[in-house]
Amino acid sequence: MNTDAAGLGRGRAVTFVLPALVLIGVFLVFPALWTVYLGLTDYRLTGLAAADPQVVGAGNYTAALGDERFQRSLWLSVQYVLGSAIIGQAGLGFAIAWTMRGRRGPVRRIVEGLVLLSWILPSSVVAFLWIALLDRDGGTLNVLLGTPGAAWLLDHPMLSIIVFNTWRGTAFSMMLYAAALENVPPSHLETARLAGASTFQQLRDVVLPRIKGHILTNMLLISLWTFNDFTPFLITAGGPEGRSEILPFYVYTTALRGGQLGFGAAVSFLILLINLVFALAYLRLLRNRDRDLREAVA
Amino acid sequence: MTISLRGLTKVFPGGVRALDSLDLDIGEGEFFALLGPSGCGKTTLLRTIAGLETPTSGTVAIGGADVTALPPGRRDVAMVFQDYALFPHMDVTANIAYPLRIKKVPRARREAAAAEVAGRLSLSELLGRRPAQLSGGQQQRVALARAIACRPQVFLFDEPLSNLDARLRLEARTFLKRLQDDLGVTTVFVTHDQSEALALAHRIAVMDAGRIAQVGTPAEIFRRPATTFVASFIGSTPMNLLPGRVAGGTLRVAGAVLPAPSGLPDGEEIVYGVRPEYAELSPIPRDDAFAGAVTVLENLGTSTLVTLEGGGQDGDLLVQVVVPEGEEPPVGTSAWAVPHTGRALVYHGDRLAGPG
Repeated sequence: MNTDAAGLGRGRAVTFVLPALVLIGVFLVFPALWTVYLGLTDYRLTGLAAADPQVVGAGNYTAALGDERFQRSLWLSVQYVLGSAIIGQAGLGFAIAWTMRGRRGPVRRIVEGLVLLSWILPSSVVAFLWIALLDRDGGTLNVLLGTPGAAWLLDHPMLSIIVFNTWRGTAFSMMLYAAALENVPPSHLETARLAGASTFQQLRDVVLPRIKGHILTNMLLISLWTFNDFTPFLITAGGPEGRSEILPFYVYTTALRGGQLGFGAAVSFLILLINLVFALAYLRLLRNRDRDLREAVA
Repeated sequence: MTISLRGLTKVFPGGVRALDSLDLDIGEGEFFALLGPSGCGKTTLLRTIAGLETPTSGTVAIGGADVTALPPGRRDVAMVFQDYALFPHMDVTANIAYPLRIKKVPRARREAAAAEVAGRLSLSELLGRRPAQLSGGQQQRVALARAIACRPQVFLFDEPLSNLDARLRLEARTFLKRLQDDLGVTTVFVTHDQSEALALAHRIAVMDAGRIAQVGTPAEIFRRPATTFVASFIGSTPMNLLPGRVAGGTLRVAGAVLPAPSGLPDGEEIVYGVRPEYAELSPIPRDDAFAGAVTVLENLGTSTLVTLEGGGQDGDLLVQVVVPEGEEPPVGTSAWAVPHTGRALVYHGDRLAGPG
């Protein structure tokens, strides 16, 4: 088979690709490698180690893995992803998309508009709105619930940022699932209804098998986004006493506020590895699904 | 089971009146066709019987029991959709057994039932396959098997043959008719294809704009269409419908003088209907024939459809005649179309006034 479809020849083909490769090298590959290198040194923001960093080997990694603060951050991050992305955004997004399916007219437009609004507002604006909502003195929520003086951000910092991120990110899942549900043929749902299937059975037998690929893709994207999300820092700054310090906050506070750039780089690399594991697991599930489909057709 | 519909009206949001106070009775074991052009409400009617649409007013009774308020799953009806609606992730056995699974029939019993029905529809070799691995005709049989396996009181088919290619359609038609005969279950199907309705059904309801224009056996509908709408809709070549007038006990239609049915007052406007098959061509002028020039010849295989242009006062009337093989007139010559008066239909005020 002729692999040179465009008929350019190797030399000219390389010339076309080269500018893009250079950009990728400068802005993606080099910083990644630089992070790996930094992670092996005791590089600091200021002082002697900033001028003349020494290679400390795996010292940063063992220190991070042994650090209780890191372990707690990792656990909080897992809670954050499970609570706000998997259960919150995906669950709520699907529920809204399912309820709104087949609906037209003002109700659908208003619901979609409201959900989208929370997604398109700038982070800093949204953070300010939530601080105003949850404020202890005269916060909107306390006024609505009649609980003056309840310090939501101090008493329930994780719950606050989980609800916040659910509210903020549901739009994406809702739109993705709404599009996926459009692909479920009405006749399939009606066949199930004629057989007497309940809503749960319709979801299990008709809808979920049909949109499995969309679900996995959505999970992959929102898990990664949520795991790396820094926006809630604007609300709790990781506090109080680090009780909402998810991993991105931990990196930020240790590397930039604490000045331990080498240590921060090592933790960043660990986060990268965790992301990679997430991504590979989802991609594997997606591949299995594709293989099932191919076998079904073959 | 009998089906009876009383005063059925369905108005969709936005004001579209798909069904307009419609009454209909379908007998026990009948193979019943709902026929009409697209948008006439036939599919809405079928879906209302299934319970997938809720009527705005009126009642649906199956086997004498009012089911208007029952959800589709409790009406004991099975429907085969135009796209067959097979579940792509389930194999043939699981697809056929699906309604039984919902009814909580134990796995062994429902798989045995699926295998039995599949055997009847010559699907035994295909039980382990997925729908994507089946041909269109096989998919249709799986959809039928799924409907049969749960032994419903009524079958509903939505355009059952329209997704098959032309040749397979004829085979499937014969198959479907025999299957319905064997099962003896009341069956309602929707079609826009008049030949399908004529070939399959015991009785046909021709629908127009949410109302029933005529109900009858295929022979009745073909021979005596009650309105000009039914007349123009039924028949593989459209019926000639020519405007005319009653004059002195005869009909004056497009230059021809034809016998009039009794009871029509002088001077009334009528529409004269004659099928192209029930007319013949004469090469010489006649008083009881429509004159015109041969403009188009369409080969129908064993016969040819001839179009004459130039009848009537304005000379713009078209008359079509089917002539047997080998008797086609040359294009451009003059010819006279002679209707068989015994087979012609006279419509007065859009109602059948009698044969001409």
